[in-house]
Amino acid sequence: MPKDTGIGASTKRREDIRFLTGKGVYTDDLSLFGQAHAVMVRSTVAHGRIVSIDTSEAAGMPGVLAVFTGEDFKEVGGNPAGWFIKSRNGEPMREPKRPVLAHGKVRHVGDAYACVVAETYAQAKDAAQVLADAAVIEELPAIIDMKAAAADASNRVHDEIPDNICFDWGWIEDNRAAVDAAMKAAPHVVTLELTNNRLVPNAMEPRASIGEYFPGTGDYKLTTTSQNPHLTRLLICAFVMGIPENKLQVVAPDVGGGFGSKIYHYGEEAVVLAAARKLGRPVRWTAERTESFLSDAHGRDHVTKIELGCTKEGDILAIRTETLANVGAYLSNFSTATPTFLHGTLMAGPYKVPHVYVNVKTIFTNTAPVDAYRGAGRPEATYSIERVIDKMCRELNLDPFEVRRRNLLTPDQFPYTTPVGLVYDTGNYQATLDKAIELGDVAGFEARRAESAKRGKLRGMGLSTWIEACGIAPSHLVGVLGSRVGLYDAATVRVNATGTISVMTGAHSHGQGHETVFPQIVAEKLGIPESSVEIVHGDTAKIPFGMGSYGSRSLAVAGSAMDRAIDKIIAKGKKIAAHMLEAAEGDITFADGKFSVAGTDKAKSFGEIAFSAYVPHNYPLETLEPGLEETAFYDPGNFTYPAGAYICEVEVDPDTGKVDVVSFTAADDFGNVMNPMIVEGQVHGGVGQGIGQALCENTSYDENGQLLTGSFMDYAMPRADDVPFYTVDHSCATPCTHNPLGVKGCGEAGAIGSPPAVVNAVIDALHRGGITHVTHIDMPVSPNRVWQAING
Amino acid sequence: MHNFEFVKPSTIADAIKALSAEGAQPLSGGQTLLPTMKQRLAAPDVLVSLTGISEMQGVCMGDGGLHIGAATPHAVVARDAARHYPALAALAGGIGDPAVRNRGTIGGSIANNDPAACYPSAVLASGATVVTSQRRIAADDYFQGMFTTALEEGEFVTEVVFPIPERAAYVKFNQPASRFALTGVFVAKFADGVRVAVTGASNNGVFRWTEAEDALSADFSAGAIAGLTVAADDMISDLHGSAAYRANLVKVLTGRAVTAAR
Ligand SMILES: Cc1cc2nc3c(=O)[nH]c(=O)nc-3n(C[C@H](O)[C@H](O)[C@H](O)COP(=O)(O)OP(=O)(O)OC[C@H]3O[C@@H](n4cnc5c(N)ncnc54)[C@H](O)[C@@H]3O)c2cc1C
Repeated sequence: MPKDTGIGASTKRREDIRFLTGKGVYTDDLSLFGQAHAVMVRSTVAHGRIVSIDTSEAAGMPGVLAVFTGEDFKEVGGNPAGWFIKSRNGEPMREPKRPVLAHGKVRHVGDAYACVVAETYAQAKDAAQVLADAAVIEELPAIIDMKAAAADASNRVHDEIPDNICFDWGWIEDNRAAVDAAMKAAPHVVTLELTNNRLVPNAMEPRASIGEYFPGTGDYKLTTTSQNPHLTRLLICAFVMGIPENKLQVVAPDVGGGFGSKIYHYGEEAVVLAAARKLGRPVRWTAERTESFLSDAHGRDHVTKIELGCTKEGDILAIRTETLANVGAYLSNFSTATPTFLHGTLMAGPYKVPHVYVNVKTIFTNTAPVDAYRGAGRPEATYSIERVIDKMCRELNLDPFEVRRRNLLTPDQFPYTTPVGLVYDTGNYQATLDKAIELGDVAGFEARRAESAKRGKLRGMGLSTWIEACGIAPSHLVGVLGSRVGLYDAATVRVNATGTISVMTGAHSHGQGHETVFPQIVAEKLGIPESSVEIVHGDTAKIPFGMGSYGSRSLAVAGSAMDRAIDKIIAKGKKIAAHMLEAAEGDITFADGKFSVAGTDKAKSFGEIAFSAYVPHNYPLETLEPGLEETAFYDPGNFTYPAGAYICEVEVDPDTGKVDVVSFTAADDFGNVMNPMIVEGQVHGGVGQGIGQALCENTSYDENGQLLTGSFMDYAMPRADDVPFYTVDHSCATPCTHNPLGVKGCGEAGAIGSPPAVVNAVIDALHRGGITHVTHIDMPVSPNRVWQAING
Repeated sequence: MHNFEFVKPSTIADAIKALSAEGAQPLSGGQTLLPTMKQRLAAPDVLVSLTGISEMQGVCMGDGGLHIGAATPHAVVARDAARHYPALAALAGGIGDPAVRNRGTIGGSIANNDPAACYPSAVLASGATVVTSQRRIAADDYFQGMFTTALEEGEFVTEVVFPIPERAAYVKFNQPASRFALTGVFVAKFADGVRVAVTGASNNGVFRWTEAEDALSADFSAGAIAGLTVAADDMISDLHGSAAYRANLVKVLTGRAVTAAR
């Protein structure tokens, strides 16, 4: 019987009632007394020297209250990179300052170099146009193509960085010679060059920020679209503006999707705070959709050459990659971690491959900054591996299912240390593969293919067996790897006097469903109704110092912190019960919401204990404190390693090149599942994004650095009719061995595992249709590209 | 968006008067004009809404075929033209999304003459007549290249009259992002011959593929055009499709339209 409450129940998402009825409160929904409106002035050229900005006319226009340019922030700090990487030769990465507003140069179309604040939005808009017209910006040649950027020392995104290279990283450099030797000795080597297409995150809610300053106390408040308010506060206070941390409150209210793009601190947040301080009035800014396209951190954008050495039977002996990773014009906060430690460390996949070496050069270009986007580095790794294995199968005429089975790690091999520095704690990759084969009815494929052929369609099947590292992350490990922050999380569990509970969590929900799932865990552990538990998140004044939500970490890390805090509540409850029941603390047991004296029928309910904690009329105060509230910080011992097998079937229309995804089967191991319905939803969303990347999403800059896909007229988001009904399973669970809930994380899985399954299916369809000259098509596998490939 | 005056006449005569004002521009469904104004790419002084003019609303059979008021939304055409001219109704029902179909109008669409819009192909393939505030214009004379029509300053479309073919179909291949026509082909078979109009493909806007018309007039089957080739020279080439790809689509979709024609 499926449970209807607590851990493992498919409790309906309580937050959806407000989201779906338009009662959510997002940053832009707030209207504050005396508020002024900010409009950013953004570069229309990709690369230019700021000769002069005459602000006088704009400043004198009706309603204009203040004008800011890069000059105003010249003395303040820059927005830092959160992760320090060393090049292969031991040199530190190049870290150009990322100013609040561009100063000296503009470095991408959409780079903000000034801001106008006015009484109304329309007035600010008018003045911003006048200011833009008055700015003299000498256009410089744009640096767009990564290969050209690295080869040309004369044209520089940052004047102090001669070759536009941020770093040249080798992982693991000491293994390089051994990998080269293994590759040389391999009976067969497969080579594939591929592009992992750049994506615009396109959260439904554009970024927005409201700055407030309270002259009476000197306090600041920032309401902003953030996935991690504490991190944003830390960056603003410690690095950018020098505001004491205790004087800035950062609130992230309802946030309409992030997918990574709202992890980072952006200059607009500093500008609205500075403007609020100057004017003594709230100052608000909301991005227009065009601004989102131009200035949100983009995702992916790798160009990779991958080589795979193997036996003729398909045993993988060595993998070697060379990647150019675009970081755009500035280093966004996680931009240096994404192509390195979130990518190179996954390059062994779920396979027993003895030799792996990864080289990544990150390149500055005159494009929007690139950073973590759902999956962050792991989709890039998975795509490279799963595509090259597919190519190997084709070159050696091997069955892709059998080849996976031959190479997958087996359950007896855990814990398993990979050649790229991770220790996989547990898994059963054969089980998920078998499950996918069963649910995807691989046996019936041939009949389906024949049926498609009757309709003139080429049907193909693609497989991907993927793994990722999430539950980000053990601070000790990431510290060794260059992280400048810790990646623990925190929770405070406050039992109210009447027995209801408020959980203050460091995680931030921007669509994931924390407000539903976290109470399920609390309810299960304390034996109380889910409806008695409320989750408080997103406000630095209310929650303990946590690190927010990304990297499929909320449940594995913040959920574990909450679990620990609940254990502390139970321990304290036992103390209180021992006092009330006049028994020894060691004799108290807690089960089903009751504290009992073992072996007797003496018991107190959870509610009675809670009430007593706040009405401590007869407490022995030397040994028992009043109150029932506990905080725990949890730092994981390892990453978690969700894994799974995805099978995609497509139909290709050979006359038009159109690809239809006709079925998609996902068999995943997420460890223990707290709410199956929400997990399923996360997989649906992730796979939808993966299909979007594989089939239609494309971010294209022309050679002058103009974004050709700067609106939904040209940037193709996947829509409901682009995706099939999914078959999703997570029954093959191997619980995580090192966190208390045994959970692994499911937020990014779909986006990580699906793109190669889709592309493998397209290539398979073409081959089965006799079009064997096509060995690869870069994503997005659009109709135009497929048709060109067929006819090329 | 800049400030503007807004007037909403209830007769064609009043609209003519209102549109003679300096800086006046017709507003129909606003699905193209309003976004353009929001982006500050257009800043008319006076918007003259045509949607309150009852003479310009609705679908009915009359002299010369099916009359569609220029301010009739796509959703109404999709519903009310279905009995009379199913291919045209299906075209209207495939434009944009429900919000667009409930606001956007045939008059706005053919006045704008977006090279990727659907309606121009139906108007041209049907040999329809565009009735304006001043005159009647044959479809062949009306479309004059991308975003260009025979309309003069101050002149506006009041209705479109569609002769009804024996059989017809519109086949649209969606541009993956906008879902306008990457290429769309409207084939209409009349007693005296076949007309084939192509949208989305050419740098010169909607056009008639006369070789296919000749072949199909002789033999109305997909096979009849098998031997024809479409030159890629004048085709649009962009992110979503090369010129050669569009040329291919013209032929593929024409064949499919012939097969689908009812
Ligand atoms: C999201 C979206 C998707 C769309 N998808 C499609 C699609 O798939 N296929 C397609 O064909 N179209 C599509 N469209 C276009 C839409 O269907 C409308 O046809 C188009 O926007 C113009 O019609 P309108 O009534 O909105 O005109 P408006 O926006 O009001 O006006 C457009 C222009 O025509 C002028 N004008 C309006 N009416 C007249 C008139 N009677 N006489 C003279 N000039 C006039 C206006 O001054 C303006 O310059 C889409 C639009 C959107 C927003």
